[in-house]
Amino acid sequence: MDGALILIQILNGLQLGVLLFLLAAGLTLVFGIMDFINLAHGAFYMLGAFICATLAIWFDSFLIAVLLAVPITFVIGVVVELGVARQLYQADHLEQILATFGLILIADTLVQMIWGPQGMTFALPEVLNGQVQLLYGVEFPVYRVLIISVGLLVALALYLVVSHTRTGMLIRAGASNRRMVEALGVDIRMLFTLVFAAGAAMAGLAGLMIAPITEASIGMGNEILIVAFVVIVIGGIGSVQGAFFGAMLVGLIDTLGRAFLDDLLGLVLSHQAAETSAPAISAMLIYILMVVILYFRPQGLFGVRAS
Amino acid sequence: MTKTFIRCALVLAAFALPGTGLAQSVKIGFVTTLTTGAAVIGNDMRDAVNLAVEDLNGKMGDLDIDVIFADDGFKPETGKQVTDKLVKSDDVDFVAGYIWSHVLLASQKSVLSAEKFLISANAGPSQLAGKLCHRDFFSTSWQNDQTPMAMGAVLSQKGIGKLYVMAPNYAAGKNMIAGVERTFKGEIVGKDLTKWGKDAQLDFSAELAKAKASGAEAIFVFYPGKAGGAFMKQYEQAGLANKLPLYTVFTVDAISLPKLQQANMKAVLGSLTTGFWGPGLKTPQNQQFVSGFREKYGRYPSFYAAQSYDSIFLINSAVEAVGGNLRDRDGMRAAMEKAAFPSVRGSFSYGANHFPIQNFYLLEVVADGDGNWTTEIRSTVLENHQDTYVADCQL
Repeated sequence: MDGALILIQILNGLQLGVLLFLLAAGLTLVFGIMDFINLAHGAFYMLGAFICATLAIWFDSFLIAVLLAVPITFVIGVVVELGVARQLYQADHLEQILATFGLILIADTLVQMIWGPQGMTFALPEVLNGQVQLLYGVEFPVYRVLIISVGLLVALALYLVVSHTRTGMLIRAGASNRRMVEALGVDIRMLFTLVFAAGAAMAGLAGLMIAPITEASIGMGNEILIVAFVVIVIGGIGSVQGAFFGAMLVGLIDTLGRAFLDDLLGLVLSHQAAETSAPAISAMLIYILMVVILYFRPQGLFGVRAS
Repeated sequence: MTKTFIRCALVLAAFALPGTGLAQSVKIGFVTTLTTGAAVIGNDMRDAVNLAVEDLNGKMGDLDIDVIFADDGFKPETGKQVTDKLVKSDDVDFVAGYIWSHVLLASQKSVLSAEKFLISANAGPSQLAGKLCHRDFFSTSWQNDQTPMAMGAVLSQKGIGKLYVMAPNYAAGKNMIAGVERTFKGEIVGKDLTKWGKDAQLDFSAELAKAKASGAEAIFVFYPGKAGGAFMKQYEQAGLANKLPLYTVFTVDAISLPKLQQANMKAVLGSLTTGFWGPGLKTPQNQQFVSGFREKYGRYPSFYAAQSYDSIFLINSAVEAVGGNLRDRDGMRAAMEKAAFPSVRGSFSYGANHFPIQNFYLLEVVADGDGNWTTEIRSTVLENHQDTYVADCQL
């Protein structure tokens, strides 16, 4: 266990963290502002991946695919908001969960009908496929550096929009008191559509960035959505900062747990016991973290509403 | 009066028919994964079973073949449920299939305690080869440890001293690692068991970074299905292709290769794997199977498909041996124990635990004459190899 390896694992943790942030940001805004639980948020993640994979193979260019796939998922987000989500804002949470669970089944089946069950993969351009020397002895895949950079840029942009623009002010106002914003004559419906679709586009961006690493597959969004919910609960529902720090925390803990837990346990347990218990414990770590944080701060780290 | 009597007789006869007459068809339940990302394996197996039924002209002896496919959803509990349904409500004569060891282990009791035959067309958990072995269980694949044992022997032959190993954290993953440890003579410098199942871990960045820093001379992995493709890509992106040669079992196969080729992952060409079978194996049955499969489906069959094809022919040998009398279970069992069916792997025999005693080969990933990526047999690593758990089997 040397410094270079620890640094690489921290970078790996950051990479997972920014992906989780892209997913969690939309989720937390939609939940915080519209009080809408969207289980189908992971479907945008999956659609982003499949659409990007298809376009990348068509145009033989990853860049064009990304530039087209993000607006396409934005448009899909608009359609879903107008067609489905809008009808459900007044409904209670159980109905929202049922309806969006239905959306998951529809999205998964649609993807299976269009792209087949086997999933899709595509090649990265040569420049992104290699390694980059960050420091002496610290080599890291170029593509993962790109993911971290894009994620951080989006986070910065989102921060600027939310805290320094008029739209952002309305978003924050909506998160703390929706009724009052409406009473002041703001067209909240337009704002809702915008936020919902932007969340979809960010989820799509996360999905298309992970697709060249794993692949686009059916249900990929549902698997990661559970972790995204953990992130927003830790960070505090409705808070973009909370989503960011929650995502980084979860990404780092999960990755570092997988990387070093067996060595750490080996210090106190027998080699055999450490080896068998480490995978199980590292899979539980983020949930343990969530329990601990909820115990001390029930509203999450940056919660805007004490519920 | 006579009319009434005839009517009554007819009605009674109609009720009596299923009890007295011989079965008109042989019912086979085939459990595999038809949803989730692993459905691509299940589809390959289903295609092979359908091809086998076609090649038998839909008949086993005089009986029609009736195959019922069931989806285990990649989950042991679902696998057990669908197995229960096949056994109890469909009343099948044979239950076959099973990709996953944990699914097979959860389901085996439902089949065996109902006195039906159970044929594994893939999973070979150590328990079923040893303590849990059963007279009505047969395998048309291998015991999990055997293929990695062949790989361990290859690694030792190549003089590799330090090895890093990675596998998913479930029954078969542990067997694979146990297998390679049994025959590999060098030192294992690192080991990772990663999360598996419906929400399996697919990003191996942390593990690959550890492997790179471990000082290993080679890496051995077992990642079946879509995880295999994901692993291969990250292995290449992590820049390990020239530094840490890759040795796999059940990871690079006819399921993952077309996708890797589409993504132009050239690092996989030349990588080595071991197995009991390759599409180029020159047995009459295999040549018929591979050419038939390629003609019908336009792609190479995977080893999963080969084993599934064999499972139908094994059942056929049992049904033919008893002349279609499916009640003669002793006769069918005796016939299957002889392994007297034309297998894609050539002739082989069954051990006391009903796992095949067979050859294992070294396979290399190559591009065939038409440019399709496939695996080709390079040499025989283990000859007539029997698993080690048979010693624990009290049959």
